[in-house]
Amino acid sequence: MTEKRAFQKVYTRLTRITKATCSVRASGIGYDELALVDGRLAQVVKIIGDEVTLQIFSGTEGVPTNAELVFLGMAPALKVSEELAGRFLNAYGEPIDGGPALTGKEIEIGGPSVNPVRRMQPSQLIATGIAGIDLNNTLVTGQKIPFFADPDQPFNQVMATVALRAQADKIILGGMGLSHDDYLYYRNVFENAGALERIIAFINTTENPPVERLLVPDMVLTAAEFFAVEKNEKVLVLLTDMTLFADALSIVSNRMDQIPSKDNMPGSLYSDLARIYEKAVQFPDGGSITIIAVTTLSGGDITHAIPDNTGYITEGQLFLRRDSDIGKVIVDPFRSLSRLKQLVIGKQTREDHSQVMNSAIRLYADAANAKTKHENGFDLTEYDERTLKFARDYSEKLLAIDINIGIDEMLDTGWKLFDRYFSPEEVGMKEELVKKYWPGQSGKQ
Amino acid sequence: MLTKGKVSGIISNLVIVDADGPVAQNEICRIEHEGTKLMAEVIKLNRNQAFVQVFESTRGLRVGSDVEFTGHMLEATLGPGILSRNYDGLQNDLDRLEGIFLKKGEYNFPLDEEQAWEFKPLAEAGETVEAGSWLGEVIENWIPHKIMVPFKFSGSFTIKWIAEQSSHRVHDVIAVLTDSRGEEHQITMVQKWPVKLAVKAYKAKTRPFKIMETGIRVIDTLNPIAEGGTGFIPGPFGCGKTVLQHALSRQADADMVVIAACGERANEVVEIFTDFPKLIDARTGRKLIERTTIIANTSNMPVAAREASVYTAMTIAEYYRAMGLKILLLADSTSRWAQALREMSNRMEELPGPDAFPMDLPAIISNYYSRAGFVELNNGKTGSITFIGTVSPAGGNLKEPVTESTKKAARCFYALSQQRADSKRYPAIDPIDSYSKYFEYEEVKDYMARNISPDWVDQVVRARDTLLRGREAQEQINILGDDGVPLEYHVRYWKSEVIDFIILQQDAFDKVDRTSPIARQKYMLGKVLEIADREMKFKNFDEVASWFKRLINSLRQMNYSKYESGEFYNHLKEVDQMLIEIAEL
Repeated sequence: MTEKRAFQKVYTRLTRITKATCSVRASGIGYDELALVDGRLAQVVKIIGDEVTLQIFSGTEGVPTNAELVFLGMAPALKVSEELAGRFLNAYGEPIDGGPALTGKEIEIGGPSVNPVRRMQPSQLIATGIAGIDLNNTLVTGQKIPFFADPDQPFNQVMATVALRAQADKIILGGMGLSHDDYLYYRNVFENAGALERIIAFINTTENPPVERLLVPDMVLTAAEFFAVEKNEKVLVLLTDMTLFADALSIVSNRMDQIPSKDNMPGSLYSDLARIYEKAVQFPDGGSITIIAVTTLSGGDITHAIPDNTGYITEGQLFLRRDSDIGKVIVDPFRSLSRLKQLVIGKQTREDHSQVMNSAIRLYADAANAKTKHENGFDLTEYDERTLKFARDYSEKLLAIDINIGIDEMLDTGWKLFDRYFSPEEVGMKEELVKKYWPGQSGKQ
Repeated sequence: MLTKGKVSGIISNLVIVDADGPVAQNEICRIEHEGTKLMAEVIKLNRNQAFVQVFESTRGLRVGSDVEFTGHMLEATLGPGILSRNYDGLQNDLDRLEGIFLKKGEYNFPLDEEQAWEFKPLAEAGETVEAGSWLGEVIENWIPHKIMVPFKFSGSFTIKWIAEQSSHRVHDVIAVLTDSRGEEHQITMVQKWPVKLAVKAYKAKTRPFKIMETGIRVIDTLNPIAEGGTGFIPGPFGCGKTVLQHALSRQADADMVVIAACGERANEVVEIFTDFPKLIDARTGRKLIERTTIIANTSNMPVAAREASVYTAMTIAEYYRAMGLKILLLADSTSRWAQALREMSNRMEELPGPDAFPMDLPAIISNYYSRAGFVELNNGKTGSITFIGTVSPAGGNLKEPVTESTKKAARCFYALSQQRADSKRYPAIDPIDSYSKYFEYEEVKDYMARNISPDWVDQVVRARDTLLRGREAQEQINILGDDGVPLEYHVRYWKSEVIDFIILQQDAFDKVDRTSPIARQKYMLGKVLEIADREMKFKNFDEVASWFKRLINSLRQMNYSKYESGEFYNHLKEVDQMLIEIAEL
């Protein structure tokens, strides 16, 4: 992508240089087109008359006014082919694994959107073995869902676990501002699982310039579309960390003198994020793109513009929380939500799924109330005591992230816990289900 | 001669064009680009420079490209064949666009030009007509689709000739009109109308007087929306806005539903595409898709076309209203449209208003809401557009500009509460914060007294008071503890819980409970008020809680049972038995 071609016009007089952009007098230049400025990659962001303004991804430090500038005649692109499998690349799609250069069809990244009438309704359950996800927040192929997590939470581990259990044909990792250690972590996990040939990674680490990150999601999704559309594969995309991606957006918009909106983010944040997440899709021919992302929060604040806009775009969100009663990290049942779960719950899973899920969460909420009551110094009723015991068991046997069981087993565990602590009236489920699934119910009546 | 021009600047989808002649504000132009033509709208003029927003990606566009102005604003194409269609924001028929991906600069004619319609004249030669007069009709799905004198015609006309009952395609001439100067005008079954202007071809807009049934208890019973009324649903993400909108689009008592999916998730539209051809409208026995038109501009589709999508949807609704139909228009979400306005205002370097939104945002929103309404047509028939929009307030904070502007414009406010959603009390419409202004309309009250029951308003007020008292009791219990309050507080709290669980909460995914006709709502409200009015004596608060939990359980089973079925009455018997027991204590 960054090689110069023969007989191209070389410009050597930059008319203006700011922290992130430079301008040059030129004509016949296409919007969004790439250029090399002093050997650095840049992209056209504004054309007024014959003045073309370019954003230099790695910054303008040390760029002189007589720097060589060559337009490359195309928008950022990626060479796609089956050979992508197993490769680790940088934000420009260049190998960082010491392997050979990519070959294949060169496709402009950030391509057009899918015609909504050509999408299929997502309907394939993704089993992860984690009950906090499969039971309460079931994932579906073609879904897009982020982990909302504080930086100290083990989201990278959970995401890697989900990715490996998800039975995807390809796993494409987009690392944005990933620490070098985490990059190596992912590499090792995938390597140890023997999954390297299913992995493709586009990595921008904290050592790389932040603005380069802006290319990562589009690179990842261009590769994903190739495998999902051309090869009808089930592709799982992992994007971490989208907060750092959004921070890069705000850097650029600030340098372009745009008026910031909420939390100093650009006014177009919603559209910028939607453009990425909406690439998640179920295609009619069986291929699909599922996106699992990470949005790190600051002190759990989801009203910040980044998680807030993300929440409006994605199909739910997953929250991790440390449960101090059992000393484990759990998937928070109150704040987590998978919007597409209704498409598979009770359809691809057992008929009692929906009611077991809801009843357990309601009882867990009762326990939370009881806990508050207790903390405020009030006496607990006998029912309160039972809910607290239930909550502990529920957390340990179902919500903890180290669980790895099938969905039927999760449901059976749910019924057993109901039976241990409650009467059927207290649980308040549909009668026909109680008759069928409540342990020992047929014997009692 | 139409004005031409050349591109002289490009900043994302804002393009500057040097024009060689007169250009109108909001005029549509086409920009030549690699063999296709990109559609754009003029949004600012400065000397000979036109600032246009392009409805597509401008990637690869070059300075110097040719531009051609069209001489008109963005127009909707109106005629038979709009029902059941899936359009994008510019009214392209999405089903007829080829390929999986949307291609730049590809547009198509919104109607089927080959389909034959059986035209039946409704007027005769010699009659005097005006814009909006019904000349004839064709049957579209099952709706009698009126062929009207185009809305653009001003003054009165005489019918010189009108076609006999016969089969015609949309572009065929079906009538010839003569204007006051004697000039003749050929009328086809297609007309165009600029989407940003309201269609005014009616006699009068009257005050709404009847309620529009939605089958959703918390709306119909507690916060009814009037036919021809306006409402909005603000709520943080994850509170069930979309589920609620889908329920409305499925169940509302309307002849036609127009859905503007504006800047929201594509999979939500796919759900409608997938479900509506299968679901049956209980009122007509027909498939839901037959009464539905979808304008889809999902969040990944070009941002500039978002604004167009809500206006296109409104214009289509106005067209069908002029046929004397009852239209429900839903827009999800108006915040995305406002954000599109913000992006453009920002690119034009306008001075920003609150949260960087354009200063005229409140005016734009209220102008849009005012296009809904109940109208009396020139021929004495009536038609209506009921409009419900969703708002996605940033951070769930209702004090942001879009929510505040909409609150001034809409008459019903359905506040979705994070707290209710967290405790899975769906639909999460807050019973205390939400309101319907129509409840204060004398005509609406009168309508409810005549059509539901004479003391309906009184009953609803009692239900609201019970909820309010319950909430106060709950606060006291939380502060003072279970033991710290009189037992009566517990009873009060649990009586409000009965209303919450049985009237407010409704299972949108249960086949029976998802929709509740008004007769059933009336019965259940009567039942819970009967319970709320009872004197009850309990030994302690534990007993209160466990008795009411059992009671609520039986009442819920009633909601899950088919109305007036054996099962329904069995559970009713359980409830009545419990009420007898408590009376005997």
